[in-house]
Amino acid sequence: MNAQSTATKRPARETKSAAATAFINARIIDPASNRDEPGGLVIRDGIIADVGPHLRRNAPEGASVIDCKGHVLAPGLIDAQVFTGEPGYEHRETLKTASHSAAAGGVTTIVVMPDTNPVIDQVSLVDFIQRRARDNAIVHVHTMAAMTKGLKGEEMTEIGLLKRAGAIAFSNGKTSVANTRVMRNVLLYSRDFGALIVHHTEDPYLASSGAMNSGEVAARLGLPGVPKASETILLERDVRLVEMTRGRYHAATISCAESLEVIRSAKARKLPVTCGVSINHLTLNENDIGPYRTFFKMRPPLRSDDDRAAMVRGLAAGDIDIIVSSHDPQDADDKRRPFAEATDGAVGLETLLPAALRLHHSGELPLMSILRAMTINPAKLLGLHSGRLSKGAIADIILFDPGEPWVVNKDLLRSRSKNTPFDESKMQGRVLRTLVAGETVYQYGA
Amino acid sequence: MTNAVAKVETLHFPHRHLLTVEGLSAQEINFLLDLADRNADDNRQAGKKRDVLRGRTLINLFFEASTRTQSSFEMAAKRLSADVMNMNVSTSSVQKGETLIDTAMTLNAMRPDIIVVRHHAAGAVELLAQKIDCSVVNAGDGAHQHPTQALLDALTIRRAKGRVAGLTVAICGDILHSRVARSNIVVLNTLGARVRIAAPSTLLPAAPDRLGAEVFTDMWKAVEGADVVMMLRLQRERMEGSYVPSTREYFHFFGLDQEKLARAKPDAIVMHPGPMNRGVEIASTVADHSSSVIREQVEMGVAVRMAVLEALARNLPKR
Repeated sequence: MNAQSTATKRPARETKSAAATAFINARIIDPASNRDEPGGLVIRDGIIADVGPHLRRNAPEGASVIDCKGHVLAPGLIDAQVFTGEPGYEHRETLKTASHSAAAGGVTTIVVMPDTNPVIDQVSLVDFIQRRARDNAIVHVHTMAAMTKGLKGEEMTEIGLLKRAGAIAFSNGKTSVANTRVMRNVLLYSRDFGALIVHHTEDPYLASSGAMNSGEVAARLGLPGVPKASETILLERDVRLVEMTRGRYHAATISCAESLEVIRSAKARKLPVTCGVSINHLTLNENDIGPYRTFFKMRPPLRSDDDRAAMVRGLAAGDIDIIVSSHDPQDADDKRRPFAEATDGAVGLETLLPAALRLHHSGELPLMSILRAMTINPAKLLGLHSGRLSKGAIADIILFDPGEPWVVNKDLLRSRSKNTPFDESKMQGRVLRTLVAGETVYQYGA
Repeated sequence: MTNAVAKVETLHFPHRHLLTVEGLSAQEINFLLDLADRNADDNRQAGKKRDVLRGRTLINLFFEASTRTQSSFEMAAKRLSADVMNMNVSTSSVQKGETLIDTAMTLNAMRPDIIVVRHHAAGAVELLAQKIDCSVVNAGDGAHQHPTQALLDALTIRRAKGRVAGLTVAICGDILHSRVARSNIVVLNTLGARVRIAAPSTLLPAAPDRLGAEVFTDMWKAVEGADVVMMLRLQRERMEGSYVPSTREYFHFFGLDQEKLARAKPDAIVMHPGPMNRGVEIASTVADHSSSVIREQVEMGVAVRMAVLEALARNLPKR
């Protein structure tokens, strides 16, 4: 009943004893085992054959050796919220371009959202995504299927059959299910199949015409606001429904301190509730909008810096489980409009890790906590066996230099859309190499 | 509740009405089933008619459309020589705004002996019974009770299996809205069967474990080793996304096909109260298979309703 087929890249196994690759002289960081130490790692047949301090200088005989020069070797990142344009909006992004963008950002697994045209609400469309990803993508691609037909929030989708077809979780994409009865039934029904429900929580009536966070900045800019309560009201409702149904629930991206309180209390009551935060809400705030910069327009909107700091603390405390890029490619034309009329969303796959490293460099978050929220935590949430550097695990690995300074140039992004809020931003930290199932899919400078 | 009117010690069914199966003893149920068993054999003879209800008037008062149950009661009453009147609700004063109670009082004034009532609201039949003098038989009230269905199902099982006690019965489908399930759980438990219910969580009531049955949300597990698989009808308006996503998904996970049936005992029987949605809750191959007793259920329906009318008639005032 729960069989899952995915577009996971299979390790190549043509030859019985394929040549091993050894990464030596590395700083191994593996949040799954709380490991942060000098060491090395050996890959054979797309699988991690060995890892540990004993490999720091010694590579097995016959292995091709890569000297990591003390840089960080970590599990590949898992991004649970990526919007692409395939099918329907291929001019914004395809699975192929998204996967190249991911590889360059050190992301080895992406979960693509159902907000496409047509909406991913049928078995045949999950099949389509898996096939297209298998043929065109260079990282693992999993499908988040729609939980209501057409994302309309009215009738639930074939959650059982979609899960069998490989849907990894269910979401209503960028829209919230306003109808409480529908949400109750989705949670009840999904529980029978052990399916995870991922929900964007925003009361559509309260948030309706809002363009940015409701508050002083919006007041001065003369923009309609999205109150924080629009997020917490729906989140609190959902938690009550989880209490009633015991369905597995994940709040897609929370953005304010009040929401964190809701999550904390739900977890204290041992409810099957988790939550995520987007990299944008950890590193940016409403003041960044400045003179109506539409590349900072998103849902949920950027909040105050107090809220941002609360998100960072929530992550440090483990109340927030995962970090997502919320990668959302949009046309330049749709962004170059008066602020209130511009589309929401920002690309983020390639800047995910460098932006997160800002929190490390500023001393706000330990590197281990940052990586945990992008590796083993999303792996556990989604039931993936990756996200860890353990013997026998699939060799989804990144090598990065946490100190390398560079400046973001949007024109050099691999994403088909260039709507990054980090254009011309100074970053510190860069991915040097990305391996998916033991194969190098990205190498800096190559 | 049934009104116990213990008039004569020797009466085996000392009730004025049959409103619910709740509270009936195994002895009372078996008395009705024994009576019905004989009726079933008689009904297969050429001379089917008896004089038990001669001179008595029965009104079929159906507020909810029904072909099967209404005609089954009509045939049962006619085989016992009663005069039968079918109230067509769509043309009655009910459509003109008359309340349930007023309708009851009006009919009561016509001095019928037995009224058979079906109503879409749970509890409506009991309310009506409080207001009228004659015997009332519940032919289904909302999602509450359908006593004669449970009795005819028990008789069908007893005739097919020789007993009810000790059997494992899996009731599968829309438990939430089913008066058939609620009635069957009670009767089968009273007769000593082990009852399982299986449905997606959206089609289970709150606290389903309190109903007296083992609860499953995985039908494969529910039918494992069952002696009887009883399917329920899924209403069309509940199929497209509100309670279950689609007929396709429902059939896949909760429709009885050969594959799921193979998990039950090799001699398991298949039941359905009808009318069936072929390809939704039951595959045609299963519905028409030799293990299916669905047609026998219809036959037993007439026999059981005759037994109920006969038992109640014995308690009617003599003139």
